[in-house]
Amino acid sequence: MRARRMIRPLAALMLAGVGLWLAPVRAAEEIELPRIKWSFSGPFDRFDRNAARRGFEVYTQACQFCHGLRFLSFNSLAALGFDESELSAIAAAREVLDGPNDDGDMFKRPARVSDRMPPPFANEKAARAANNGALPPDLSLMIKARNGGPDYVFGILTGYDKAPQGFAVAPGLNYNRVFPGHQIAMPRPLSAGAVTFTDGTPASVEQAAHDVVTFLAWASEPTLEERKRVGTRVLLFLLTFAALVFAIQQRLWARLH
Amino acid sequence: MKVKSNGGNRPRIVEWIDARLPVFTYLQREYGEFPMPRNVNYLWSLGAIASVFFAILMVTGIFLAMHYTAHKDLAFDSVERIMRDVNWGWLLRYMHMNGASFFFAAVYIHLLRGLYYGSYKAPRELLWIFGVVLLLCMMASAFLGYVLPWGQMSYWAATVITNLFSAIPLVGDMLVSWILGGYSVDNPTLTRFYALHYLMAFVIAAVIGLHVIALHIVRSNNPLGIEPKSADETVPFHPYLTAKDGFAIVVALIAFSLFTFFAPNMLGETVNYVPANPLQTPPHIVPEWYFWPFYAILRAVPNLWIIDAKLGGVIAMGASILVLFFVPWLDTSPVRSARFRPIYRGFFWVLIAAIVALGWAGSRPPEGAALWVAKAATLYYFAHFLVVLPLLGRREKTLPLPASISAAIKSGAA
Ligand code: HEC
Ligand code: HEM
Repeated sequence: MRARRMIRPLAALMLAGVGLWLAPVRAAEEIELPRIKWSFSGPFDRFDRNAARRGFEVYTQACQFCHGLRFLSFNSLAALGFDESELSAIAAAREVLDGPNDDGDMFKRPARVSDRMPPPFANEKAARAANNGALPPDLSLMIKARNGGPDYVFGILTGYDKAPQGFAVAPGLNYNRVFPGHQIAMPRPLSAGAVTFTDGTPASVEQAAHDVVTFLAWASEPTLEERKRVGTRVLLFLLTFAALVFAIQQRLWARLH
Repeated sequence: MKVKSNGGNRPRIVEWIDARLPVFTYLQREYGEFPMPRNVNYLWSLGAIASVFFAILMVTGIFLAMHYTAHKDLAFDSVERIMRDVNWGWLLRYMHMNGASFFFAAVYIHLLRGLYYGSYKAPRELLWIFGVVLLLCMMASAFLGYVLPWGQMSYWAATVITNLFSAIPLVGDMLVSWILGGYSVDNPTLTRFYALHYLMAFVIAAVIGLHVIALHIVRSNNPLGIEPKSADETVPFHPYLTAKDGFAIVVALIAFSLFTFFAPNMLGETVNYVPANPLQTPPHIVPEWYFWPFYAILRAVPNLWIIDAKLGGVIAMGASILVLFFVPWLDTSPVRSARFRPIYRGFFWVLIAAIVALGWAGSRPPEGAALWVAKAATLYYFAHFLVVLPLLGRREKTLPLPASISAAIKSGAA
């Protein structure tokens, strides 16, 4: 029949369409991200605690004046290995707004470990006023909220460069290789030696970026390790169970012949 | 004491209940003895698999609802609290998110199984129609649920999809503000979407009930598409199909666990971890993967005569599902299974290719190659149902059907 002869070309055409799947969305704006081997990316991997702790030091020294971490309490840092006295010291170094007191006034007091991390600015207007009109986003979900996740944020932090010939950077913005559009309102946050690590690790830009991204990845999903641990057990159980049910099923159906 | 679940000697309490409400007799008849063609393959387990994912969605959803807050200023944070502070909250949420994807995946395969083996043909038309109703309910429910976490994509998907109703002439704009409870997506929209999302779960449960009751009247089709003629061509549902479905369900749960525990955000959009911002449109507004083919059809239609592209797109997208209701009558072939319909089989795979191509196009901005692929695949999609099925049924030279299921099994053809 004639119809039969049409099927192959039709199918080929459709499959060619599917083949386009592999073509990039907009070839013009594909930005190459650095590919880092992260301590937490494999199915059984955990966060590198030392890197995450150093990352928290980067955050307090270089990011917290502009970016909040509103979903984290000081307490939760215990998961990175900070002990109680360290946590109290970390909390006491920050101020939070409390109140109203018995006179009806709001007041500032040093943070307690049970407090959430205070925001760097009182409100969005204050944040924009201090940043040339741009809003520094909260970082507690940053690693989950961008395509490329940790590689992307690492790319942003290490992507500051001189603008190429002929690329006009608007006033108040900075050239960045990785940021979409290549003009970012955040001034270069990391430079060599700008942070000091208590464990003595030399603070190159790459080291600081790597560590703060590890910390932020933990902050984005503190339950990641539990998830993988439970997942491994669930899978082991299901695989065993599958084998068992399969054996029963085979024996049952074998009786039929 | 004798404890036997089937046969005459049942515990007195069971007898007592059964004499008043014959649930045990019913279960024994419908899930114990219920005759299944013995040649069904694993594709006949997908209904059971879909039911399991539905159950997972119900249970996790009820627990999520205990911790979720439907308010535009609190919804995003309450979801994040579930992820961080509620015991096992991360598991509830990731199971619910990925459960929706797996529910759709199971139902899509289930539906295509029906198309391939002609399961919609007499006497299973009503069973099929309940299936299409289920698909519509699932889509509504998934859309409503996606809005609840109030991320960027939640907000903008709600805006884009509700805005489609404005394409309806005369009453469109009124209808949109009635649906939204205002002039834009806002708190009233969120609270009503939450109420309706919770409600849809029970509507779906009821329609699954009707679907399964209809199935138990007309009974299962099989890969040969011929009805069983004698008792030795069937097996009792228990233990044969409980074991077989059981194995299939565990395999599906393994795939589900791989996503839920090891790549829980792979099927989602990263932008939805950014809180909703009515002042900032994300660069690409795309739905979840299971809506991609429909989203492609929506955007594939150009301006036609007096119908503008938007209205045309809405009509085409609606029609792409509504046409499924008529498949039992559009397909004129007396032969059910594609096994004996060599030409239909070819067209079936072209349809699959068209749907995959639509899915690809739906995930991209509607321009360049994606737009042309969407247009071509949309044309084929409708041609398949409206032209190929009616004409082919009358003309196709089908292969000879086996005399019976046993005959086919003996000759090794089943
Ligand atoms: C002087 C204030 C300031 C400091 C300090 C600062 N940032 Fe930023 N950051 C900003 C502003 C403003 C933006 C918004 C940029 C834009 O939208 O163009 C931003 C944006 C970002 C983004 C989001 C980029 C995107 O894709 O939208 C990340 C990630 C980020 N900062 C990380 C950091 C990290 C990590 C540090 C510390 C090492 C840091 N920032 C220090 C002001 C700051
Ligand atoms: C909520 C989603 C659905 C659930 C839970 C569900 C459940 C089931 C179950 C348990 C069966 C029996 C086992 C099997 O044959 O797989 C079945 C059969 C069937 N379903 Fe569904 N179903 C759903 C959606 C659909 C849809 C969307 C369609 C098609 C439009 C459909 C069409 C059919 C048909 C035709 C049969 C009989 C198939 C045969 O015997 O060959 N169902 N369904």
